[in-house]
Amino acid sequence: MKEINYSDIKNNVVKAIYDSCFNLNEYSLNKLREAKDNEDKEMAKTIISQLLENAEIATNDEIPMCQDTGIVTCLVYLGIDVRLNCDLETPINDAVKEAYENYYLRKSVVDPLTRINTKDNTPAIIHTTIVEGDKLTIYVVPKGAGSENMSQIKMLNPTVGENGIVEFVKDVVKQAGGKACPPIYLGIGIGGNFETCAMLAKKALATRVEPKNETISNLKNQILEEVNSLDIGPMGLGGKSTCLDVFIEALPCHIASLPVAVNIQCHANRVEKIEL
Amino acid sequence: MIDVTKLHVGDVIYLDEIVYTARDAAHLRLSKMLENGEKLPVNFEGSFIYYAGPTPTKPGKIAGSIGPTTSARMDKFISLMPKLKIKGMIGKGPRNEDVVKACKENKLVYLIATGGAGALLSKKIISCEEIAFQDLGCESIKRLEVKNFPVIVAIDTEGNDIFKR
Repeated sequence: MKEINYSDIKNNVVKAIYDSCFNLNEYSLNKLREAKDNEDKEMAKTIISQLLENAEIATNDEIPMCQDTGIVTCLVYLGIDVRLNCDLETPINDAVKEAYENYYLRKSVVDPLTRINTKDNTPAIIHTTIVEGDKLTIYVVPKGAGSENMSQIKMLNPTVGENGIVEFVKDVVKQAGGKACPPIYLGIGIGGNFETCAMLAKKALATRVEPKNETISNLKNQILEEVNSLDIGPMGLGGKSTCLDVFIEALPCHIASLPVAVNIQCHANRVEKIEL
Repeated sequence: MIDVTKLHVGDVIYLDEIVYTARDAAHLRLSKMLENGEKLPVNFEGSFIYYAGPTPTKPGKIAGSIGPTTSARMDKFISLMPKLKIKGMIGKGPRNEDVVKACKENKLVYLIATGGAGALLSKKIISCEEIAFQDLGCESIKRLEVKNFPVIVAIDTEGNDIFKR
């Protein structure tokens, strides 16, 4: 049994929130650099250059890279050989309160109906999966609404096949256009049922999952190629870089169903992984 | 101070202007105040509306991170804009036909800043003062003076739209 306590979780989540908002991760930085080299249009290059400069300013001047510092989503993978001295919600929500106050992050969480702000950016959204082993892994995603608002789920007719899935994804990306801060990333959930499909999309995006078989790998490549032919480009002003990467997670589903969820993420793709 | 009728779609320009932040909640409140015949708390004449909700300003700094939010959510309030006598709006992403029409009829421009460049844009703010709707927190109205603030003309006063390709 490994003992993990309240402050281990809280302090690490605070640090993950800080890093994700002020220090653009190497993965996203490299994707932006590649996209800039790959673009022919001046406007597209200029916008990506601004994003790279923005990342430098964020780190050096300690200004959040984006004013939308998000609602915090945590994907928790809890090993069966871990013993906690607390629940999971308390240290995570305490971390959110501390980080958003101390680092001057925007508190963007409101009651859905009265629209009154909770004033500390809580509650965080926490999804827990129990796994083998003695590790506690948390993916911390402070997700902004610009991209989240453009996400969609649809219960497709199962006979539409892979091309039907690709058409739906393209349709979602077209509707998002310049609104979701392209160049974007896509998390795609296929199968399961209504709510599981959305979770698959979020998990695929947060964990940057690799294709689990050849069919998924081919589908990923087809989606990347077709989406990047839409000429949406950085900020929707045209270009080759509409989508920088696609992550797909699939699960068996009912014979009558083909649920597909598309979770859109902006070019910053803020995710920090904690392993305890 | 810029003459917006001289701007053309696709122009990359650097603004030295007075800009007021207002997003979803502030637009809703302004439109209700006008409906009820109340006096608005701000004189917007000759300025720009910026769809933005910055992070809190750190002590000793001028402004927090301050990039644009998605403009399309404010399309429904477009009839309010000419009444404010502004020169234009700043945000990100495409607008609907009503906005294009309103820009043409009222000689307004719609400018876009780079979404997700809040730190870079923060460096172009030379003063920031919260002046109305303080209870809305990050959605309050702030008066900004901006210098060399980089934007692209997305809809010009002739009704040309950069997103129509």
